[in-house]
Amino acid sequence: MSRGKPRRAAAKKPATPRLLVATRKGLFLLSARGQAKNKLGGGWSVARSAFLGEPVSMALHDPRDGTLYAALHLGHFGSKLHRSRDDGKTWEECAAPVYPAGATAAGRPEGPDAPPPPLEPASLEMVWSLETGAPGEPGVLWAGTIPGGLFRSPDRGNTWALNTGLWDHPQRSKWTGGGYDHAGIHSIAVHPRNPGHLTVAVSSGGVWASEDAGATWAPRTKGMRAGYVPPEQSELPEFQDPHHLVQCPASPDHLWVQHHNGIFRSGDGGRLWHEISAKPSTFGFAVAVHPQDPNTAWFVPAVADQCRVPVGGRLVVNRTHDGGRSFTALHRGLPQRHAYDLVYRHGLAIDDSGDRLAMGSTTGGLWSSADGGASWQTVSASLPPIFAVRFMS
Amino acid sequence: MVRVVFTANLQRHLPVEPLEVPGDTLREVLEAVFARHPRLRGYVLDDQGCLRRHVNIFVDGQLLRDRHGLGDSVRSGSELYVMQALSGG
Repeated sequence: MSRGKPRRAAAKKPATPRLLVATRKGLFLLSARGQAKNKLGGGWSVARSAFLGEPVSMALHDPRDGTLYAALHLGHFGSKLHRSRDDGKTWEECAAPVYPAGATAAGRPEGPDAPPPPLEPASLEMVWSLETGAPGEPGVLWAGTIPGGLFRSPDRGNTWALNTGLWDHPQRSKWTGGGYDHAGIHSIAVHPRNPGHLTVAVSSGGVWASEDAGATWAPRTKGMRAGYVPPEQSELPEFQDPHHLVQCPASPDHLWVQHHNGIFRSGDGGRLWHEISAKPSTFGFAVAVHPQDPNTAWFVPAVADQCRVPVGGRLVVNRTHDGGRSFTALHRGLPQRHAYDLVYRHGLAIDDSGDRLAMGSTTGGLWSSADGGASWQTVSASLPPIFAVRFMS
Repeated sequence: MVRVVFTANLQRHLPVEPLEVPGDTLREVLEAVFARHPRLRGYVLDDQGCLRRHVNIFVDGQLLRDRHGLGDSVRSGSELYVMQALSGG
């Protein structure tokens, strides 16, 4: 380089894609660059593993400061939260959300017409969702928990406080367990430009939104229906079981929900939902939305509530480019014979570009795609059951 | 003083050596233990201060009776084992 000339900035290399895989038996950090001895399929390698043998219910990478978080669901000793500030080389336990003394949650009802179940003492059963606050709120984290709690940490998990606006809402007592004994918050969407605008989804207890930083909350389920209760109750917010809710980052009023009863989308922040038809099935748990295009979304269909396996034993990812008017069942590279993989609600991930996807199943299959789901590569067919997959951005 | 011993399964999450603390009830003994190891509280008790469902405590070989109040009596020289209950798969 000649003296005196301004130095030209080197073109920024694209970051190496990295993936967090939270499983029933540990956390795996995958990298698109790695040692041969740790190589998996699809160009991925296991860069690190942590908590081997322990259930990791959720993991999070905070792009604001690079911290990793892992929520452990220890069978005997409760749910714990750990964090790493060095890309997973070392971990330290930080505070887990704790319910205040005297807090109670409703147990499982006998049926829709049965008397309300007795209230039980509330204690953290599981950290089901973990999200960062908005870009302008460094250190703020949100956790959704079973039973039915939304917690906020202002300080990277050093302390947590229960959001009392939602916890004390009279309708919260009507929430019931979906797959677990108690209701839980599995989806938290923080409006990227307005951190006071929060949307959460509850199994089973509907979709809720706050526009005043969590002080007050209102149900946002109009247009949804629940086929598992008597018809006259099918539109009540508390009976809606959204399996997963996602928000388009570039167009945050656009929401997609994979509901127990089908697929729903909203273009107005959840004030009104529209039911979407799709083949081969609209039952499932996972949904992902393109980060820039709210009309593009992906789902992983299963037969039905009572038969949670891929239709015909063929694993497909259902993609729409037109807001749900039409779908393409993408299958190239996915098992098409005797596949019984179910993809849980946090098991389908999309990166910030919208091109790269990853998907992990209950039978330990992990696949990735670099072309928006058009084709898939098998990363592994022998991981532990996968709870959550997330790209590190 | 009461001798308190913890299951080996706990050690991989939180290393705790056997220790001797004062107390006339299980609650008092545990509070004395937590005063030395604050993080241990959440591993043994739930958010409402009850013994975790999958944790058991034996006092001189007898399973505790009061899982919620932890009011079981202990005496000087008692030995207390904090164990995990069998569960999971």
